[in-house]
This record gives sequence, structure tokens and C-alpha cells, in this order.
Amino acid sequence: MRKRLQNITSTINTLAALLVLLAVWQIVCVLGIVPGYMLPSPVQVAAAFVEEFPLLMSHLRVTLTEAFLGLLCGVAFGFAMAVLMDRFEGLYRAVYPLVVLTQTVPTVAIAPLLVLWFGYEMLPKIILIVITTFFPITVGVLTGLRSADKDTMNLLRSMGAGRMQIFRYVKLPGAMGQFFSSLRISAAYSVVGAVISEWLGGFNGLGVYMTRVKKAFAFDKMFAVIFLISIISLLLMKLVDYLQKKCMPWEDTHE
Amino acid sequence: MSELTVKNVSKSFDGKKIIQNINLTLHQGELVSILGVSGGGKTTLFNVISGLTEPDEGQVLLDGRDITGTPGKISYMLQKDLLLPYRTIEDNVALPLLIRGMKKKEARIQVAPYFEEFGLEGTQKQYPRQLSGGMRQRAALMRTYMFSRNVALLDEPFSALDTITKSSMHAWYLNIMEKIKLSTLFITHDIDEAILLSDRICLLTGRPGEITREIVIREPKPRRKDFNLTGAFLDYKREILSVLEEQTEKETSEKNLKIKEA
Repeated sequence: MRKRLQNITSTINTLAALLVLLAVWQIVCVLGIVPGYMLPSPVQVAAAFVEEFPLLMSHLRVTLTEAFLGLLCGVAFGFAMAVLMDRFEGLYRAVYPLVVLTQTVPTVAIAPLLVLWFGYEMLPKIILIVITTFFPITVGVLTGLRSADKDTMNLLRSMGAGRMQIFRYVKLPGAMGQFFSSLRISAAYSVVGAVISEWLGGFNGLGVYMTRVKKAFAFDKMFAVIFLISIISLLLMKLVDYLQKKCMPWEDTHE
Repeated sequence: MSELTVKNVSKSFDGKKIIQNINLTLHQGELVSILGVSGGGKTTLFNVISGLTEPDEGQVLLDGRDITGTPGKISYMLQKDLLLPYRTIEDNVALPLLIRGMKKKEARIQVAPYFEEFGLEGTQKQYPRQLSGGMRQRAALMRTYMFSRNVALLDEPFSALDTITKSSMHAWYLNIMEKIKLSTLFITHDIDEAILLSDRICLLTGRPGEITREIVIREPKPRRKDFNLTGAFLDYKREILSVLEEQTEKETSEKNLKIKEA
């Protein structure tokens, strides 16, 4: 009950802060402190959002499809990498530095290459999303698997448990918390990754839409799509929270 | 009838002998405590008996069969309850059965009748974090019992509990042991606990650890609540303390001699 009350209070505080920010922004625009062509007011952004809503939704469908497929492949790949690296120490030593290396290369630098290699269709976009989303999953799950309690594993061994049973009963469920924390990050990355890949080539998607409105200096529409991307990322993170609650009911119990 | 025999067991780590020439027998329904100071090799001995570690020398026999270095024969319980936080109590205590390959539904049916006996009625669907320390230890003991109805190794199972909970757990433990007749090898460094619970106490002293004395506690079971306030209890305690002091003095003089020689 107390936790729920804290959550409600926290949401009210966040909403209040957001409203204050929007109010200040609106005042700044109305008073002409920043010229209207540079910074549209929140009301103008909302109007652009409503006006462009059907078009935004059609582009959103493409972006979400890419993000979802990329995230799915990224999670599967990241998870498999983590399990294999936990199982084979040699593989961990050999591959882990390379995995880290993939994250030092900027996404914006790889994207044009992928477009050149794979064209303007969905494949290069999905590859880019996989590259950005697998890393948090690999690191999170690997940390979870490697930090399994040694005493608990010994206890199960003393009961005659084999490697697979220890993985199933101790390691895997023990790594779920880290998995969902990583999934939250990867879910947000997947949308951003999809938009970045669309900037560099493509026919549909929010990134393509952004490029077009940028060229037309339609700042109100730029802000509308930025907010839409933020909202989608937030909703995806909330969806992960919901999934975590469903998959880890013990986390929600009270002491 | 289950009987555990440890024969001439020795074990070294990195060239340093931890335990030496350990011999002991645990008869059916008996509770034998291994009492010794921390770092004296008690846990090494348990790892050898449970099969997690192979001894350098010696054998572990269960009902005459050699089970040396074979895990999965003797149940084991540690100071930490080691209940899996993501499984309900019911699924935690059923874990040994699942490891043996039993179906989840069947395992739940098998464990169900024991909840009342172990004072855990109503906790089946709860998670470990919802239980008190004492209740969690009961659940851990029940899991140990579900693994083996014959012999259990308990490594300081009550040492993490506060004094009041520990005292009530002792009373509960003596009571449940009367019912389930589980042969138990009990590690502790708490002299009072050892006298209160045991049929026999083996003193593991020295470095490397050796069983230097065996003390039989003749007080009949079930023991009266105020046993730890009686003269007999104090006599046992005095005897144990004198052996431990004697050993400490011996160790100190040996150490001094080595320093002088060096």
C-alpha cells in the first residue's frame, strides 16, 4: 500500500514538473524571447502532431516493425552469446573484448556502410539495431550468470544436479533481474537505432519523415516526431517493466 | 538402517594439510556434533563427506557402500538457508525431487504432507523473503529431509539466527528429530548448542584438524527445557572447555618452539 502511494506521489511530481516545463516553454515562445521559426511553442507542436497524425502513424508502423525485429534478433543473439561465454571460459576470454569493441564504433559511422552493403530495405536497419541492442543483453545476462551463488550451486551439486540442472534452477532464474534491466535499455536503443538507420537511407519510417521535415524547416513537425519517438521509447520501457513483473512475481512480494 | 562411516580421511589444499586421519561413525537416528574452532577443517570434512571434494586418503561409506567423492548421496544444509528466492517454499523443498527427475506436480504432492510436521503449514505458496529467518531454516531442513531420509549434514545451520530464535529453533529441532529420526552430523562452534542437541560430540582440534576427543551426552531425549541450566550440562561444558584449552596451550607451545628453532 505504502509502495503504491509512493508510486502515485512520484508520478504526480513528474507530471507537475513536466507541466511547469511546458508552461515556461509556452511563455518563452509567446513573449518572443526565442523567434517562432527557431522554436515552435508546445501548442504549435501539439497542433502539428494532430495534423500529421495519420502520416506519423504510417511511418511509426515501419519504424516499430524494424525496431521489434531488430530487438528480437538482438536479444536472441545477446542471450546466446552470454550463455556460451558463461559456459566456455576460453570463448569468454577471446570474444568479450571484441564484443566491447563493437560498442566503441559509432552507430552513425556504421549505418552508411550497411546501406552500401545491403541496400535501402529493412535488412541493414535490422542489422544496425542488432548491433546496438545485443550488447546490453550480453553484458547483463553474462554478469547475472557469472554471479550465481557458489554455495547454492554446491548445494545443488551435493543433491546430484548436473550442469544443465544448475543452469536451469540457479543460473538462469538468478540472471533474470539483470536480463530485464538490460532489456529496458535495449528496447529504448532499438527505436533510436531504427530512426538513425532510417536517416541514412530508406523510403518509410520516422527517421525518413524526420529528414524530410528537417529539409522543409518544419520545426513544429520535427518536435512532434521527437516527442513521438520519446513516447514510444517510454512505452516500450514500461512494457518491459510489465513483462518483468509478470515473469518475476517474487520481486513484488513483501517481506 | 543407515550408517555413515568416515575412515582415515585426510585432505590437503595447496600442500597444507587441513584435516588428518578422521574417523567417525554415525548410527541410525543419532545426532553427532563436530565441535571445533573456526578454520579448523570442519567445512572441509563436510565437503569430503558430501562428495563435493575428494579426500587425499580415506573413505566415506554409507551403509557399507563406498560413496567417496560421489555427490548426491548425502543431504547437506548450510548456515545460509540457500532457498532459491524465485521459487515458492513448496517448489524449494521439492527441488531435490525435481533434480532426481520427478515431475513438478508429482513432487508437490510428495512434499505436501510434510509441511505440517515441519511447522510450515500455509507457507506453500509464499516466497522465501516472506518468511522469518527461523521459518526459512525450517524450510531448508525440510528440503534436506526431502533429499534424504537417512543421513543429513548440517553446517552451523542456526548460527545466523538471533539468540531467541536460535533457542526456539533448538527446541523445535529436538522435537522434529524425535519424529523423523534423521541421522545427523552437525557442525558447530557453539558448545552449548552441541551439548543441547547431540548424542555424541567429536572435538575437532589442532592444525591439521583431528578428532581428539569424543564425549557422549548421556542425558535422555527428548531433553527437558532447562537442561542447559543443570549441573550435568555445566560438567559437559567444563570438560569440553578443558580439552579445548589444553589443545590451545599445546598449539601455542609448539608454535613458540618453532619460532625458537628458527
